[in-house]
Amino acid sequence: MVCSWFKMVEIVVLIKQVPDTNAKIEIKDGRADLSMVKWITSPYDEYALEVALQHKEAIGGTVTALTLGPVRCDKTLKDAKALGVDKIARIDVSEEYVDSSSVQSMLASACKSLGAEVVYCGKSAADTNAGSTGPGVAETLGWPSVANVTSIIFEVNNLELMQPSSDGQAKIGVDLPVVVTCDKGMGEPRRANVKGIMMAKRAVVELIDVENFEGNTSVIEHSAPPQKPPGKSFDGSEHVPAVVKLLRDEANVI
Amino acid sequence: MGEIIILADVINNVLKESTSEVVSAAISLGGNPIVIVPGTSPDAAASTVATFDGVTSVIALQGDCFATYDSAAWCEAIASVSPPGHLLTSSTSIGKELAARLAASRNATVIQDVISIDGNTITHPIYSGKAHEKLSLNGPSVMTIRSNVFKPSGNGGSASITNVNCSSDLRTKLKEMVAKASERLDVSEADIIISGGRGMGSPQNFDKLYSVAGLLGAAVGASRAAVDTWDEIPHEMQVGQTGKTVNPSLYIAVGISGAIQHLAGMRTSKYIVAINKDGTAPIFRHADYGIISTWEEALPILEQELGALLG
Repeated sequence: MVCSWFKMVEIVVLIKQVPDTNAKIEIKDGRADLSMVKWITSPYDEYALEVALQHKEAIGGTVTALTLGPVRCDKTLKDAKALGVDKIARIDVSEEYVDSSSVQSMLASACKSLGAEVVYCGKSAADTNAGSTGPGVAETLGWPSVANVTSIIFEVNNLELMQPSSDGQAKIGVDLPVVVTCDKGMGEPRRANVKGIMMAKRAVVELIDVENFEGNTSVIEHSAPPQKPPGKSFDGSEHVPAVVKLLRDEANVI
Repeated sequence: MGEIIILADVINNVLKESTSEVVSAAISLGGNPIVIVPGTSPDAAASTVATFDGVTSVIALQGDCFATYDSAAWCEAIASVSPPGHLLTSSTSIGKELAARLAASRNATVIQDVISIDGNTITHPIYSGKAHEKLSLNGPSVMTIRSNVFKPSGNGGSASITNVNCSSDLRTKLKEMVAKASERLDVSEADIIISGGRGMGSPQNFDKLYSVAGLLGAAVGASRAAVDTWDEIPHEMQVGQTGKTVNPSLYIAVGISGAIQHLAGMRTSKYIVAINKDGTAPIFRHADYGIISTWEEALPILEQELGALLG
């Protein structure tokens, strides 16, 4: 049935596969060695997925989970499919370093070709901790963005969002189209059920072809962070006054 | 390559200290920066910036759009007065969001949380500081500079100030500000942080941390284990890879074992004090001063000593 006044909202959620946040990162030949790490969906993207599904449940629409990465990232997409997203799509890039501006430009092109009207993503990815993707995609699309959102009320053409600020919480209204980056606080992300997992096994990942934008950076090397010299150790609370004295006289921090 | 432009860290017309560190960073990139000072009445902040050593000129960017934060509108206004070249700002949550937008609008690469600049070689942490990434810069960039890393510049300068008016349509609407329930300082804004872990035994015992924090002007943080265990400890207190990354002058970890998740969020603190009853806890390997003791024994003495010194 086609109703001229009713339009399904195209919801796109950007998700990223990252090393487990408990993983130790080893350096081998000047590069982070990720061959042994366990890969997970970036934790804040799980909140974004939850919000995208809540948006669909409240208003109606289609949810597409989109990622950029090599074939290993299909696991993250299938996990999203098991939670109930309608479509899963990937921009295929190699394991090599991809400049952050290239990432944003490619994701923005894909959002456009998917007909996105609202884009959700985590406030930052657990590997880069940069938080550049959401606002960068918004700027490329010419859309507003609201970052670090902790709760949302969904309306047909607009959203009401809560965002922490230095003075407390800001309640913000914004019309679609918009990019929203999600913080914890949206409610616990749902878990997949058996039916979802079975369906996800058969799901097909749509490969999206976009023009690659050449970035301005290349990696020289990765290194382990410099180790601090060993500190001073004191056994027993009777040494607390000595430590306070050191904080004042040696460290000059109090 | 163009100019080096700095976006001053100004909120409600108040200049944040980190701006003078960004000036130092800009100078190590090999140039004398132009600083943009946005605000509804930016004159006072602009006058301060004009005294920072090495600043060539200051643009006091007056606009009504700066009354409330709107990333799209702010980016448009700032981009309208920014010449081509590298653009640097502070690594705050607003700074990082604007940097990403400005980079996209200038076809530049964004690099967040820069900790070292050596010509065109830029270093920033990845995997929450578990590794460092050294990048070679081959074109225009927008960078955010992590606080407490670059030395603040001196203030013997007297750069010229140009006043520019701008207007930009807000794309979002601030409907209401809900004030904070308490006047407690946020960990991302504090120069001293005292954090508790599950070793605190109960959320009520965090009151002991608040007593010490009050004396130091510190914020109280928590480990993920504490946040996950107790509903009373909110996520905004969480320091770690899936919480806040902090870089204070002093970080005091109480009853925190030092899981890799937590270390990722606080390891770059200038000085770290650990109080833990388990002498083999990993946190001690990262502490400048480790005290093997229960918090029940150590905190009252700490409070008493600090009270005598600072109270």
